[in-house]
Amino acid sequence: MVELVWLIPALPLFGFLVLLLLGRRLGEPLAGWFATLMCAGAFVASVIVFAGLYSKPEHERQFQQILFDWLPAGGLKVQLGFLVDPLSVTMVLFITGVGALIHLYSIGYMHGDKDFSKFFVYLNLFAFSMLMLVLGNNLLVTFLGWEGVGACSYFLISFWFTDEANASAGKKAFVTNRIGDWGFMTATFLAFSATGTITYFANGSTPGLLNEETLATLAAVTATGIAALLFFGAVGKSAQLPLYVWLPDAMAGPTPVSALIHAATMVTAGVYLMTRVSPLLAHGYTWLPATIAIVGAITALFAATIAVAQNDIKKVLAYSTVSQLGYMFLAVGSGAYVAAIFHMVTHAFFKALLFLGSGSVIHGLHGEQDMRKMGGLRKFMPITAVTFIIGWLAIAGIPPFAGFWSKDDILLAAWAHGGSAMWKAVWFIGFVTALLTAFYMSRQVFMVFFGEPRFEEEGEHAVHPHESPWTMALPLVVLSFLAVVGGALNLPFTEDTKFLDKWLAPVVEAGQRSFDIAGVAQTALAIGTAVLCAVSIAVAAQIYLRHKRKPVEPEVLAHAWYYDESITAFVGGPGEAAFEQTAAFDKGIIDGAVNGVARIVQWGASKLRLAQTGYVRNYALGIAVGAFILVGLFLTRAGG
Amino acid sequence: MLLAAVQPTTTWYLVLGALLFTIGAVGLMVRRNPLVMFMCVELMLNAVNLTFVTFAKALDDIGGQTIVFFVLVVAAAEVVVGLGIIVALMRRRPGATADDISVLKG
Repeated sequence: MVELVWLIPALPLFGFLVLLLLGRRLGEPLAGWFATLMCAGAFVASVIVFAGLYSKPEHERQFQQILFDWLPAGGLKVQLGFLVDPLSVTMVLFITGVGALIHLYSIGYMHGDKDFSKFFVYLNLFAFSMLMLVLGNNLLVTFLGWEGVGACSYFLISFWFTDEANASAGKKAFVTNRIGDWGFMTATFLAFSATGTITYFANGSTPGLLNEETLATLAAVTATGIAALLFFGAVGKSAQLPLYVWLPDAMAGPTPVSALIHAATMVTAGVYLMTRVSPLLAHGYTWLPATIAIVGAITALFAATIAVAQNDIKKVLAYSTVSQLGYMFLAVGSGAYVAAIFHMVTHAFFKALLFLGSGSVIHGLHGEQDMRKMGGLRKFMPITAVTFIIGWLAIAGIPPFAGFWSKDDILLAAWAHGGSAMWKAVWFIGFVTALLTAFYMSRQVFMVFFGEPRFEEEGEHAVHPHESPWTMALPLVVLSFLAVVGGALNLPFTEDTKFLDKWLAPVVEAGQRSFDIAGVAQTALAIGTAVLCAVSIAVAAQIYLRHKRKPVEPEVLAHAWYYDESITAFVGGPGEAAFEQTAAFDKGIIDGAVNGVARIVQWGASKLRLAQTGYVRNYALGIAVGAFILVGLFLTRAGG
Repeated sequence: MLLAAVQPTTTWYLVLGALLFTIGAVGLMVRRNPLVMFMCVELMLNAVNLTFVTFAKALDDIGGQTIVFFVLVVAAAEVVVGLGIIVALMRRRPGATADDISVLKG
């Protein structure tokens, strides 16, 4: 059954091609239904592949399907092949599952848009690229998907490109991602030059980069170098410090895009990549995982503080996403790969839910995104309100919702990492972030769904909020169900309930750290965190629900610590001068050298052409002289 | 009597061939009339032919004579093309010399 893996990316690709050619003719809503069907079909295929893989014994759960030799160039042999193992199947399941729900949601959300069918062209192309990314059996196929999702992200952020802000947000995302891509490409080159292969695991005569035989010959410094460069790529794609700036602006795109690409799937590609190459990380120096954990922790805290002071309903969720991605990197750095994937999956459930919920609110309020002009919406849109509240409790870390279990797993891994004070500090940052998360999400829920309505109910600009159509409500309900029960994937009670731990064990065994922590301490930590999160919610209720205290929303946080402004100031000021110098260097020295060579050749040729006189007698003389020289040469040679 | 006593040897024929070749080569370089230059080329070809035949006789090797046939055939073809070009040239520019047709100079 695992042989059906090719179907998983093939269906969205087919959908993309059909919609590209016939999309306009299919029109609304047929194009949307077709795209949804393709994504749902991919989900069914994923389930079949999952069942096939699950039925195998634990250590035979790896299957590679080679479609053809893609680039047979000298020593470099790159196949177009798929790698099916517990990790990629987990990714594929939630990508296609959440993806199909968001496709369905988009049918309602994009209703009436003049580019309705084009939207689904991009969505299906995105699904295809994302599946190639996670299914690729080597770095280059993964990179193909990596660039594909980047391009789709660009198309979809600037989907309503007639607005200047949307177009430049798309450009910002694209350029920032390119900076990260540099790391990915360089890592691929380094891997090839050091080991001669970029395939993950050996198949046939192709050696595998991550196999023990290859790693044994690889110097620790090289392994660290490859992993560090890949991490740099992951920082760009997964919006970590210092390259996170594009993600908040990416909210310019339609809300389903924010849910699918900028919350559930694409931005988690970096975490997937680091988990995939976990044997490399385990083989390299230990400072790299520590760096990853620190970057993740600082990003988590940094973004969470910003989210506290945002007023745009989607901006809050965007910074929250950056923060949650920081958690995943914290987990990766701590060697808790399973926790990272666990949080990735539950995050995909509840963050997609929250984004779709915010989309439903925006839809119901005819495009209003400012939370200061909302309030009391739970009366007007009950389904959205209830599902959004479930998502809020899940992300806030309230048991028994999904986010509690996965976040707890990560914090526990950092706490139990042992040894130095650094890991305790990392744990503490993660802990503070958890409290902040509960706080800013509560603020959002109270501002949007509770209190008095702050939109105009009467008069010329009156807004009449309404519940969204069933195509939008159904995905909300399904995702809220998943946000409730998602934690069941990996319950920490007994060994039997740790499904994800056992399932992913063969993939991450090289890098996974097993931590010993007494059950009592574990329970105390979990309960302590949950209680403090509840306190955090109560504080938010005091401020935003009962208005007992004045909100603390410093200007510096509303401006995201002036990070964007600093970049603008730098790039516009001293940066610009440096770039001008670089441009002058490029024009004068680099271009000068190239043009200089051309000019020398031109000058030489202009002199040399004079030898062509056009007189037959000159040519004849040339032939005669040449003949004499040749004969002379032969004679002397023969004589010698 | 005196003349009859002198028997021409191989050297004589080779010297004659060399002389004819030199006359042809020098003529090709110093003359301007295309037709004369063309005749000079023919002279050089036939000088070579003479040398070939001489060697064939002296070395008792039929190969030299065979090559002469090839040269004759190629020369005939060359004459057809060359004369055609000269006729076409004379029609366009009567009285043109070889130096007048130098539009391809660098």
